[in-house]
Amino acid sequence: MTPTPLLTYTLRLADNALVLGHRLSEWTAHAPTLEEEIALANLALDLVGQARMLYDYAAKIEGKGRREDDFAFLRDDRAFLNVLLVEQPNGDFAATMVRQLFFAAYAQPFYAALAGSKDETLAAIGAKAEKEMAYHLRHAGEWVIRLGDGTEESHARAKAALDDLVIYIDELFEVDAGDRALIEAGIAVDPAKIRPAFDKALGEILDEATLALPKVSHAHRGGREGLHSEHLGPMLAEMQVLHRAHPGAEW
Amino acid sequence: MEAGLVIAGAVTADLRIARARAAIASVCDPEIPVLTLDDLGVIREVAIAADGEIEVAITPTYSGCPAMGAMALDLQAALASAGFPKARIRNVLSPAWTTDWMTARGREKLAAYGIAPPAARASRRALFGEDNPLACPRCGSTKTVKVSEFGSTACKAHWRCESCLEPFDAFKCI
Repeated sequence: MTPTPLLTYTLRLADNALVLGHRLSEWTAHAPTLEEEIALANLALDLVGQARMLYDYAAKIEGKGRREDDFAFLRDDRAFLNVLLVEQPNGDFAATMVRQLFFAAYAQPFYAALAGSKDETLAAIGAKAEKEMAYHLRHAGEWVIRLGDGTEESHARAKAALDDLVIYIDELFEVDAGDRALIEAGIAVDPAKIRPAFDKALGEILDEATLALPKVSHAHRGGREGLHSEHLGPMLAEMQVLHRAHPGAEW
Repeated sequence: MEAGLVIAGAVTADLRIARARAAIASVCDPEIPVLTLDDLGVIREVAIAADGEIEVAITPTYSGCPAMGAMALDLQAALASAGFPKARIRNVLSPAWTTDWMTARGREKLAAYGIAPPAARASRRALFGEDNPLACPRCGSTKTVKVSEFGSTACKAHWRCESCLEPFDAFKCI
């Protein structure tokens, strides 16, 4: 049986939040300063919290007795439906901040719009997550400005991160037939409507950072259908190993 | 007689809810032990469910707040010792928690404990935030600077006082 559009939609949102949250948690004990160490762990916590609410809802939609942990720890990479951006490796601090800026500049207006969804649970999650993503956007924006408008070295690293990651932006705004039906029903967010807010926020920040978004002729895609880059599998292996080695383990 | 029974039932329900409320009134936030959950504004409802058991609705401050589990356990323990062993704790997401729900008494307790209480709503989009400087909870000076947007827990930011040179936690506004 194919999953309903609502289940797919909810899982995509949950997988985006979990995969990015796990990536950020990989910085724990490796961040450049103590303050950033704490900040990155806090960002990860917000995202994993959002993922838990979304997986919990996905489990209810599916109605087959799976629980949030089953979605997070017992699916293989091909079953994950996150966009390619969030699974990209942390790289250096500039790469992590540019990835975070792209995601937060998308997620903040996205969740603000989702708060108006006709689906009560998605609307409640949207209202909560939007407040958190506003903090993420401010934090990442401040760092990208510091790095871009900083030293020759930090500027070069921020520019290299933009060059590497720009190809993953368009996938954030993709729509398939299932999404289209949900948009028409007033449940899903039409990404075309939030693109101007994304472009504006990103443009203002990059201007101040003395950086520019490189022009690219094509975008990478596929994550939303489970076709991932080579980076997701190893990340999931590490994230899932404990749960798979000790089935049913709970903290 | 019928009417009398109904009224008696209603009074009993009110009394049970009042007893449950009294039982949880002293349950504190596990991370900020000077604040009760009531002060924090996370207790949304105390009611009697269809099966006759007490049900308490709580709402998370932040989505990933790791204290939610501990809060639910502490509430359940307090209810059990007040004679409600089967009481349930339910998570509600809507409306989303905001710092405006923190009581005035809660704000005073936070400041006395050394945590700057949430001030006016943070400027959400302003970069290098033009936040109003917070008063240092130790010396009261407003010559303070934000060190980091994120502090020791999801709900706090990290500030420093330029007058007494002490660092302090500040409750974030959402």
